[in-house]
Amino acid sequence: MSIQIAGLHKAFGPKEVLRGFSLEVRVGATAAIVGPSGSGKSLLLKHLVGLMQPDTGSVLVDGESVPDLGRRDLARLRRRIGYVFQFAALFDSMTIAENVGMGLKRVPGWSAGRIRGRVDECLGLVDLGGMGERYPSQLSGGQKKRAGLARAIAASPKYLLYDEPTTGLDPVTTSVIDQLILRMRDELGVTGLVVTHDMTSAFRVADRITLLHEGKARFTGTPAEVRAARDDVLRGFVEGDPGLYYGPHRGGDHGP
Amino acid sequence: MLDFVIRPLASAGRGTVGALGSVGRAWILFAGTAGALRHPSIWGPQLVPQLARIGVASVPIALFIATFTGIVMSLQASYTLTGTIPLYFVGALVGKTMMLELGPVLTGLTLAGRVGANISAELGTMRVTEQVDALETLAYDPLAYLVVPRIIAGIVMFPIVVLLAMTVGIFSGWFTALQLLDMSSPEFIKGLRLLFEPWDVWFAVIKSISFGAIVTGVGCFYGLQTERGAEGVGRSATQTVVIASMIILCLDAFWAATLL
Repeated sequence: MSIQIAGLHKAFGPKEVLRGFSLEVRVGATAAIVGPSGSGKSLLLKHLVGLMQPDTGSVLVDGESVPDLGRRDLARLRRRIGYVFQFAALFDSMTIAENVGMGLKRVPGWSAGRIRGRVDECLGLVDLGGMGERYPSQLSGGQKKRAGLARAIAASPKYLLYDEPTTGLDPVTTSVIDQLILRMRDELGVTGLVVTHDMTSAFRVADRITLLHEGKARFTGTPAEVRAARDDVLRGFVEGDPGLYYGPHRGGDHGP
Repeated sequence: MLDFVIRPLASAGRGTVGALGSVGRAWILFAGTAGALRHPSIWGPQLVPQLARIGVASVPIALFIATFTGIVMSLQASYTLTGTIPLYFVGALVGKTMMLELGPVLTGLTLAGRVGANISAELGTMRVTEQVDALETLAYDPLAYLVVPRIIAGIVMFPIVVLLAMTVGIFSGWFTALQLLDMSSPEFIKGLRLLFEPWDVWFAVIKSISFGAIVTGVGCFYGLQTERGAEGVGRSATQTVVIASMIILCLDAFWAATLL
């Protein structure tokens, strides 16, 4: 197992967001964690790169306990993990090429010429060739996501974490991003973890899907198993049925 | 019934805990920033752009304020001294006050607004748009990349800007004395040299170094603490200006009490 999360708890004051979440992701697979907004999906990803410390529970990447890593080891681990942020988080004072090359400057032994070559290669992989000199403000939402993906893959990571990669995109652009996620797995052999509330996207890209519900993994299975599942909460989420998801007696307490 | 007693006590308690928390977080930022000095490969390339943004770009506003301060000082000194003390004391008063107080403090307060708010808003925006997190995931230490170059730039450039402002303020006071007060240059210079001590310049430099560290440090602190979108960015910028200005005035009194 390449990513192992066990019994993860995280609370902010009295609000318990994660309540014993567990998950394992195999090398080379793409897993999806689905759940409604605010359920703690993005928080989970942040634990994997040490941006968050768990209250209790273990977070292992390649057998290394992320919360216990020192600054130097954490930096080394982060070079093996690419992180695609929900709103791309591109550095807005830099060009797209500078954004993509940013992580490579921290890799020992990389010359400026080699970085330039790799930046062009990554921009080509996400179909943004020729756009390196633009600034983030000059890109559309979908292009920003692709630029964020190019930045994440630049250092040839072993893992890619996608935080809501298709949120706010039209169906066609969503499909393009999904194809890119699959391409990362098939062509680069990257292990992926996608958090999303977009079930269409999850079915398209994931080998296994986990529903995060009330801070725990409610259900884990292949897309076929998810489709066939009889669990009301899972069905409610997949079908977008608040009555099933929240239960008839709690339907009135939730919702948008 | 005890609400009117408990509520203020609870509020005071929350305020105290909040203030202690801020002091603790500021200490953590300070210690982390000192540790991040070990990574010159990260902060080094950022230093020159910050020297330009924090120092060079602040020169026009600092000189504008110094110019009018010099004019007003000269006119007010003449108004106060006329008929009591020889008029060449205008030069002494302008020189002494520009060096000891108005040059460093007015420039410091102005830059608390211009530089402090700018740093806070920039880092705050980076925080709420996850750019700071992105830096971390790319194996950059945000303190080394964002905080260290800004604080070093503040420490280096504030004294330079203050020395320029002092010079321009004295020159504008001199010019005003010649044009509006019927004084001659020898008279003004006589006054200027009368009370001048080289230590006054060092005093201004020491004060402005501390102001530079405070303005940039407070800006970085509130910027990196920013939460909750645009409103949070605005709040951080305001807090930076208010707190940095208060600390500048406290430091001003501290230096006067300890160094003079």
